[in-house]
Amino acid sequence: MFLLCQGIWAADDVLVVPGLNGHPGGRLVYATRIEARTLNPVTAADAASREVIDRMSADLIHINRSSYRTEPALAKSWTVSPDGLRYVLELRHGLRFSDGHPCDADDVVFTYQVHLDEKVHSSERDLLTLNGKPIVVRKLDAWHVAFALPSPDAVAERLFDGIWILPRHLLEKAWHEGKLSEAWGLRTPPEAIAGLGPFRLKEHVPGQRIVLERNPYYWKSDPAGHHLPYLEELDFVVAGNEDLQVLRFESGESDVISRPSARNFGVLEKQSEQKGYILKNVGAGFEYNFLFFNLNDLPANAPVEIAVHQSWFRRTGFRQAVSAAIDRESLARLVYMGYATPLSAPVPPGNRLWLDASLPRLVRNPTRARELLTAEGFRWSSDGALTDSQGRKVEFSVLASASNPERTQTATLIQSDLQQLGMRVDLVPLDTRSLLDRVQRTHLYDTCVLSLASSDADPNVEMNVWLSSGGSHLWHPEQAHPATPWEGEIDDLMRRQIVARKSGERKRLYDRVQEILMQYLPLVPLVSPNVLAGAKKELGNFRPALLDHYTLWNVEELYWTAGARK
Amino acid sequence: MRIAATLENRPAAMLALVFLAMLHGAVVLAGFLAPYPFAEQHRESPFAPPTRIHFFDAAGHFHPRPLVYGPEGSQTYPIELFVHGRLFGVQEPGVLFLLGSDGFGRDVFSRLLYGGQVSLLTGLAAAFLSLGLGWVLGTAAGFYGGWLDRLLMRSGELFLVLPWLYLLLAVRGFLPLHITALQAFLLLIVVIGAIGWVRPARLVRGVVLSGKERPFVLAAQGFGATDAYLMRRHILPLTAGVILTQATVLIPQYILAEVTLSFLGLGVGEPVPSWGNMLSEARQYYTLVSHPWMLTPGLAAIPVLLAYLVLADALLPDQRYRYP
Repeated sequence: MFLLCQGIWAADDVLVVPGLNGHPGGRLVYATRIEARTLNPVTAADAASREVIDRMSADLIHINRSSYRTEPALAKSWTVSPDGLRYVLELRHGLRFSDGHPCDADDVVFTYQVHLDEKVHSSERDLLTLNGKPIVVRKLDAWHVAFALPSPDAVAERLFDGIWILPRHLLEKAWHEGKLSEAWGLRTPPEAIAGLGPFRLKEHVPGQRIVLERNPYYWKSDPAGHHLPYLEELDFVVAGNEDLQVLRFESGESDVISRPSARNFGVLEKQSEQKGYILKNVGAGFEYNFLFFNLNDLPANAPVEIAVHQSWFRRTGFRQAVSAAIDRESLARLVYMGYATPLSAPVPPGNRLWLDASLPRLVRNPTRARELLTAEGFRWSSDGALTDSQGRKVEFSVLASASNPERTQTATLIQSDLQQLGMRVDLVPLDTRSLLDRVQRTHLYDTCVLSLASSDADPNVEMNVWLSSGGSHLWHPEQAHPATPWEGEIDDLMRRQIVARKSGERKRLYDRVQEILMQYLPLVPLVSPNVLAGAKKELGNFRPALLDHYTLWNVEELYWTAGARK
Repeated sequence: MRIAATLENRPAAMLALVFLAMLHGAVVLAGFLAPYPFAEQHRESPFAPPTRIHFFDAAGHFHPRPLVYGPEGSQTYPIELFVHGRLFGVQEPGVLFLLGSDGFGRDVFSRLLYGGQVSLLTGLAAAFLSLGLGWVLGTAAGFYGGWLDRLLMRSGELFLVLPWLYLLLAVRGFLPLHITALQAFLLLIVVIGAIGWVRPARLVRGVVLSGKERPFVLAAQGFGATDAYLMRRHILPLTAGVILTQATVLIPQYILAEVTLSFLGLGVGEPVPSWGNMLSEARQYYTLVSHPWMLTPGLAAIPVLLAYLVLADALLPDQRYRYP
C-alpha cells in the first residue's frame, strides 16, 4: 500500500536536504543493549525507549547534531518579536502523520498542552517553565502557532528541539480520560501509533526486536526528488548487554554500533579490515566523569561516621588535595585506552564553544596535595596513614555503579592514587538504582563516581546541575537557600546568563561559573570519554555525531551503497 | 592409624596430599614468594602478556642466570634472588610478570598467590566451622534423641533449603555500606560455614545412633559412666572417620563457593585479590579475546579441587559416608 502512496502524496512544503545523493532500499539492523520499555513520547525517560521513539517522531525546530545550529523542521519559518517574548511559527502546509491523517496547528497546541499538564508528568515540563511560569501556546490559524514566553530566553529556539508533535486524533481521548501516561505501551498495535518521523512502527516481537518501516508521508526529500528516508526498514534487535552488542556487530549481524566501550573498540579495530566495517573515533564528546563529595545536611539518624567524613569533605583544601592527587592521564590511558580527554573543568572538551580555555590544565601534583592537606590541619602518622587534627585516620568509601566496569575501574585507580596520600578508600560497587537512591534520596554515602552527558552544547540544559535548587545538583540537591556563598554566586550567574541576549556576555558569565567550580571543587572532574562508533563500510552518509543520537541522528539520510543491498 | 595405611596404599592420594601441602605452604608464604605486592600498579604496563624469560641474550650468549628485556627492548635485567625481601624479582624499570598483568598493571602471578590466601583459607575456615557445628549438633541429636533430635533435624532441613546466595545478599544489605576486607572475609566464612552444618550433622548423628547401641557403650553406661565420659571416650572416636571424609568433600565445595561469591562482587573488595574477583575482571569480552592469561585463577582452582577429590576417593572407597 505504501508503494502507491509514495508517488501520489507530496506535501506542499517538502524540506529538501541539500547535498544528499543516496538511493532507496535496504534494511538496517541495530543491536540495542536492553529492550525499549514504552513507545510513549511523553513519558519515556530511558535511553532504550528514546532510541526507538525518536526515529518515529519530529519536532518543530531541530538542532542539527553535527553543526549544533537550529534548523527548520516541521516549522518552515518563524518570527520573533523584538523583546524576544513572542515566537510565531509557520508549519509546513500539507503535513500528514504516518497513518495519513493531516497534521496542523491543532496538533501542535495539543502537544504543548499535554507537556505542560501537571497530571501527565512529562519530563519536558521543567524545560517549558521559565521562572515558574509556563510558556503559553496559542493557535493563530491552521498553519500558524504563537508561543508566548514568560521571560526572555537567549536561546529560546533550542527549547523546541525534542518536543515531538503528537497526533491529536489518536491521543486526545486518552488525555481527556487521564490515561495518556499509559498510552502507547509496547503492546500497542502499529495502527494505533503515528508520528511525523522518518519511520513508523511495523511490528514488535517482545523481548526480541522492534521493526520500524519507512514513513511514506515523511516531509523531507533529497535534491534528486527521492523522498527520505532511503532505508525501507529499521530493525532494533535486543542484544542484552554491551559485550553481546559488540559480538553481533563483529559477526555482521548488526550494521551499526554506537558507543562501544574503549576496550571493545580496541578489539574491533584489530579485525576491521577483514570483517568489512569502519570504526570512527568521533572525538571528545559531551560526557564528563567526576568524583563528587556528600555535602548534604544529614538527617538526624545518619550514621556518625558519615558526619565525621563530611567534616573532612567540607574543607576546600581537602577537596583540592584529592583533585591534585588524581592521575587523570592514567585514567584516560588505562580505562579508556587513550580514547578520553583529561578534564580541566566540569565542561566537556567537546563543548568547545563554552569551555573556559583560560582554566589551567589539571596535572597530578602529590606535593601540592600534601601541602594543601597540611594547611588544613591533617598530619601523617608514622606508618604513612593520613590523620585529621583530632587524630582520626582518614578513611572513606567511593560508590560506583557495579554494572559499569569503567566506573569501577576509575574508582580503583582513584583508590590507589589517594592511598599514596595516606587515605584509605574503600570501593563500594552498587547497582545503579541503589546508588541513585543513596545519592538523591537518603544522602547516606561518602563520595561517588558518576558521569553526566549534556544533551546540548548550551549550558541551559545543565541548569538543574549548577543551580543550588536543582534536582541534579548532585553533591547537595534541592537546597531551599544556597548553602554556601559560592553556590549563591553560581545561582546568580546562571540566572543572569539565561536572559543575557549577547552570547559574548553569556560566555563571560559561564566562564566565571567554571572558575568558581574549579576553585571550590564540589565535584572533581576526571576525564571525558570520546564518542566511538562503527558501521559496515557500505553504509553511506554514516556521520556519527557527538550528541545523542550518536549514530542514528541522521537515520533518514543513511543508505546502502550499490551492491550491498540487505 | 587406619587412614595413614589407606593413604600409603594409594599413591595417587599421597601425591594429592603432598601437592595440597605444598600449595598451601606456597600460598601462606605469598609475601615471600610473590615478586610484587598485590596492590602495586605498574600503570605503564596494563594487560602485559607473560614476560618472556631468556637464557640466551640477543647476541647469542648463554646466561646461567635468566634475564628479561626491559620495556625499551634493549636493556636486559637479570632475575635476581632475594630482592626487596622477596624470593626473586628484577630491578626497576624491568618487570617480571610470570603470568602477565591485569588492567592496572598488577602482576597476576603475585595476585594469584595472595588471592589463594583468601580463597583457600575461606574454604578451610568455613569447612572447619561447618564441621565443628555439625559435629556438636549431630552428636547431641544422636546421643540424646527425643525432642532435641527432632528439633535439630527439622531446623537442619530449614537450613538445607535456604538459598545461601540470597541470604548473603540480605546480610550484606544490613551491614554498613563499606566494610573492610577483613570483615568481608569473616562474613563470607560465617555465612558459608554456618549454612552447611546440616550434612555433617546428619552423618555424625547416624554414626552416633548406631554407636550408642554398641555393647561396650552399654557396658560403660551400666558401670555408671556419665554422658560426657561416654561421648568423649567412646562415641566421638567413631565419628572421626566421617568428619575427615566430609572435610575432603566440603573444603573444595566451599572454595568454589567463595570463588562464586567473589565473582559476583560479594566477597573481599578491591584491591585485595581473591580468585573469584580476579575472574570477574576477566568476564569482559575483550579480556577473553585479547588477554587470556587473566583466566589463570580459574585454571588454578582445577588442580586444587582435583587433589581434594582424589583424597576423598582414597579415604572412602565406598560412597556411604559422603552423601547421606
